[in-house]
Amino acid sequence: MPDASRSAPPILKVDGVTLQYKTTEHLVTATYRVSFEVHRGDRFVLLGPSGCGKSTLLKGVGGFMTPVEGTMSLNGRIIDRPGPDRMMVFQEFDQLLPWKTVLQNVMFPMECAGKWRGAEAAERARHFIEKVNLTKFAEVYPHMLSGGMKQRVAIARAMAMEPDILLMDEPYAALDALTRRKMQEELLELWDDVRFTVLFVTHSIEEAIVVGSRILVLSPHPGRVKAELNCHQFGHTAQGGVEFQTLQRRIHDMLFAERIEAEAADAHD
Amino acid sequence: MIDTAGKIEPPVRAEFELRDVAAAQFGEVERPLSAFERVWNQAWVRRAAIVAFLALAWEIYGRTLDNPLMFPPFWDVAQALWHDFVKGPLLSRMTTTLQVLILGYSAGLAIAAVFTTLAVSTRFGNDLLSTLTAMFNPLPAIALLPLALLWFGLGIPSLVFVIIHSVLWAVALNTHTGFKSVSETLRMAGQNFGLRGVAYVRKILIPAAFPSILAGLKIGWAFAWRTLIAAELVFGVSSRSGGLGWYIFENRNLLETANVFAGLLTVIVIGLFVEGVIFRAIEARTVRRWGMQR
Ligand SMILES: Nc1ncnc2c1ncn2[C@@H]1O[C@H](COP(=O)(O)OP(=O)(O)OP(=O)(O)O)[C@@H](O)[C@H]1O
Ligand SMILES: [Mg+2]
Repeated sequence: MPDASRSAPPILKVDGVTLQYKTTEHLVTATYRVSFEVHRGDRFVLLGPSGCGKSTLLKGVGGFMTPVEGTMSLNGRIIDRPGPDRMMVFQEFDQLLPWKTVLQNVMFPMECAGKWRGAEAAERARHFIEKVNLTKFAEVYPHMLSGGMKQRVAIARAMAMEPDILLMDEPYAALDALTRRKMQEELLELWDDVRFTVLFVTHSIEEAIVVGSRILVLSPHPGRVKAELNCHQFGHTAQGGVEFQTLQRRIHDMLFAERIEAEAADAHD
Repeated sequence: MIDTAGKIEPPVRAEFELRDVAAAQFGEVERPLSAFERVWNQAWVRRAAIVAFLALAWEIYGRTLDNPLMFPPFWDVAQALWHDFVKGPLLSRMTTTLQVLILGYSAGLAIAAVFTTLAVSTRFGNDLLSTLTAMFNPLPAIALLPLALLWFGLGIPSLVFVIIHSVLWAVALNTHTGFKSVSETLRMAGQNFGLRGVAYVRKILIPAAFPSILAGLKIGWAFAWRTLIAAELVFGVSSRSGGLGWYIFENRNLLETANVFAGLLTVIVIGLFVEGVIFRAIEARTVRRWGMQR
């Protein structure tokens, strides 16, 4: 691992970002002064309990929300709108366009952004569909795919764009344990192959350690940075090992301590 | 089984594992359907059978009643239809009606498109459309005919005016509702690809809302068709080249009841054709193929 202080500057810089939702009655602060940096080739994981603002943070980086405080910049440019340089894989299965086949879905953003067109786009699309093992389903409409397959199409679609950073919001949360494990392995293999940069949201400690190279642990609502940990040395094979379990334990205690405090506070109200 | 504490306990059973599951055990795995089953599985065959049955019942009733002035049998109507179509005025009446209809329907769609575009892009447009649809959607188009006659006189402009009124609100309301219910995820996906403005509406919103848009088109079509026939019945008298409504009215005055039925049949057949062939084809090619509608 190259030393971060001497290598290239970070791709993504999130600096003291506070994100809020304004509804007609409430003002909800989802994250409070969160800072982190993502470097090229990172598998950066945002980990935290449900409702701590992980999705909100990802939406901020995606350009769908503007921070009320702090700045976010990608390659030195302030993020102020959504764009194809940050491709998002959503948690929901309905992110594919139902009126397009798998192949057309993967080609669509390439043609929208004008990055690749026609035969070249089709060729790239086929290449990435093959990478997620869906070659046989290229001509099929999304409603004929299983949830896991849809998710894989979304990943292929995002990766084919060669974005500066890939944003994934609990992409495997709705899958069964077996499929999830397979998809995690696929993602790691793809990373080995293509070396993309990914910002990955999850609330599973195990998934964070397996998939990530670095973990940002967020505190419960509103989300604040609790710790930043390294986990690039762990993969699926390390899962039973002592070090793996120690790290898992450590994060667990970190999150769990908060929860006990929160519950104690709730009890006082 | 109830143990000593009175709690229900499921019985413990022996385990087993099946080694070879022979294919023979499945019973009938695959069997071609008989010719009759295959034909009967086609929806249009079943529907055609219903229509044939109705025609037969009509024929029998008409013959037993033996009162062609009130209720001519099916065969007489079929003959009148054939005769007026080939030699009589029915074909030209039909084309007149269809021309006016297509003119009014497309004008209605164009205005609806303008209204919904306004409604999705500005809050004022949204309020405007909501208020106008709430006001005018419940108003039967035919009720505007006297006013239309006053403004535009007898003739095509009046008809087009009432058709536009009958199409516009239904289509605009459905399209707008469709746009509003496009899922947040799809919207964000579209924006993520860098789509904005007109391209965003055209490439994301319209296809995503297509089931609602299509429903609006169908309702608008039905409204337009009914309104037009009714309007023609009312004032076809003095327009030089009347439509189907006028044909029906004219033949009633001449007590040519079989021709009245022939006119009604034409109205039904055109309605069935547009609904069952044109809209069905669009549906099969779009929403049903995309799995957005069964
Ligand atoms: N559209 C919204 N309007 C108002 N408040 C919202 C909205 N979306 C989220 N919130 C609030 O913001 C906070 C963070 O939500 P967020 O969806 O980012 O959580 P999360 O960490 O992604 O949780 P999960 O793991 O369950 O997906 C929550 O307290 C939630 O109530
Ligand atoms: Mg979330």
